[in-house]
Amino acid sequence: MTDQPAADTLRRTCLHAEHMLLGARMVPFAGWEMPVQYSGIIEEHQAVRQAAGMFDVSHMGRFELIGPEAAALLRYVCTYDMTRLSPGRGHYATACRPDGGIMDDVYVYCLAKDRYLLVANASNAGKIRGWLREHGRRFRVEVSDRHTSTCMIAVQGPLALERLAHVLEPDFIKSLKPRACGEIEWENAFVFASRTGYTGEDGLELVSSAAAGPRLWRALLDAEVLPCGLGARDTLRLEASLLLYGNDMDETVNPLEVGLGWVVTTDDGADFLGREAVQRARESQLQRTLVCLKAQERGIMRPGFSILRSGRQVGKVTSGSHSPTLGGSIAMGFVPPELAAEGTELIVDIRGRPLPARVVPRPFYKRPRAAEERNA
Amino acid sequence: MVIPPDLRYTNEHEWVRVENGVGTVGITDYAQDQLGDVVYVDLPSPGTQLSQLAVFGEIESVKAVSELYAPVSGEVVESNGALADKPELVNEAPYGEGWLMKLRLGDEGEIAKLLTADQYSDFIESEAE
Repeated sequence: MTDQPAADTLRRTCLHAEHMLLGARMVPFAGWEMPVQYSGIIEEHQAVRQAAGMFDVSHMGRFELIGPEAAALLRYVCTYDMTRLSPGRGHYATACRPDGGIMDDVYVYCLAKDRYLLVANASNAGKIRGWLREHGRRFRVEVSDRHTSTCMIAVQGPLALERLAHVLEPDFIKSLKPRACGEIEWENAFVFASRTGYTGEDGLELVSSAAAGPRLWRALLDAEVLPCGLGARDTLRLEASLLLYGNDMDETVNPLEVGLGWVVTTDDGADFLGREAVQRARESQLQRTLVCLKAQERGIMRPGFSILRSGRQVGKVTSGSHSPTLGGSIAMGFVPPELAAEGTELIVDIRGRPLPARVVPRPFYKRPRAAEERNA
Repeated sequence: MVIPPDLRYTNEHEWVRVENGVGTVGITDYAQDQLGDVVYVDLPSPGTQLSQLAVFGEIESVKAVSELYAPVSGEVVESNGALADKPELVNEAPYGEGWLMKLRLGDEGEIAKLLTADQYSDFIESEAE
């Protein structure tokens, strides 16, 4: 963390004043000054698991792609075939380098056949902007950076939709099936909403103009949605085994090693960045694979800790923390494929102390789903 | 931030309360607030000999881990067993039920080397800057 810019050079989201009013503890994150917690990480975590919480995720990169070849550009830069998205649908994908290394993991939403929204990680927003502009030259598409002109709020939890219905038109919310998206007018502003998230719970992610952002945030506060920071966001996503760029994957990791083969489409025969490399990787033996680990004794597994088997280092923890929902420590990390079977007993080196850990099924936590969601 | 006037402090944010030659040790209100939700505390067994400012254990919150330093030297007589199941007591009552360990002092003269409440208050103010 020595190369973090000083606090006065950090970027602030349009909700910064709201965070100050709420007494949030702010930390530098990917060049932004972001709330890590308001009331406490565990309380915020439980609010999202049991009721409804919201996160300022305006630091995440947002790009609007408009033009007759917007889908073709997305097909070229994403591993998943975004041309199959119908308007009102979204999908997750990776964006790979030609050598198959993951540049970023992104979510793409189709608003119309010539209009898409791509959401990128904050840490990769600059890289993805350059990538879209560079490769976009060959396509009839206009790429607009919506990072500072818009606000993004994720509202998550079993009661998220119910509480959102006090703010946005209830029929509009009902119309959004899982992974669906749409736009609605709200108090003379346009709000984009998608039934997606990064917590393992149901909920919506909202994008409004930066000007309308604080009003939307306050309306959600009035609807009893608890503000939550990056701390809870991390424990929630880890329990749901959702990957974090920079921890669980980076440019040296290919999608297959982290279980993202399902977002790599090759059967359409289309050319995309990283295609050959990922196809070659598919035909050969994986060198390592990401597994879920549960500590068998007290102690907290953290990123960077060594994973041992028979006294020999076999891998490293990429994400690890305390799990408020399950109790004890959970982690994800790379191990050789022969040590990836469920039930495999491993040791994690906690600053010199051996902590027994077991490979468990992914995800750690799965929410009880409503029938309506299962059928979608 | 609560800083009881009758305790002595280290600049590693531990406090000690001495009664009849036995010191009760914990972390300060400021320290628990900085750490956030405490989820795990590793404490020494009774009989462990500690020198002043030796590491005697570690404390982990959801986000961070910190080492614990003995304010005074001595022999550990008790660790707070309640923290195994309720580590959150450190957050809820850092000067009460969230105490960490008790030790029989080796040298009561060491107390004078620790910070008073006023000095500790000045210290955390300077650290916050």
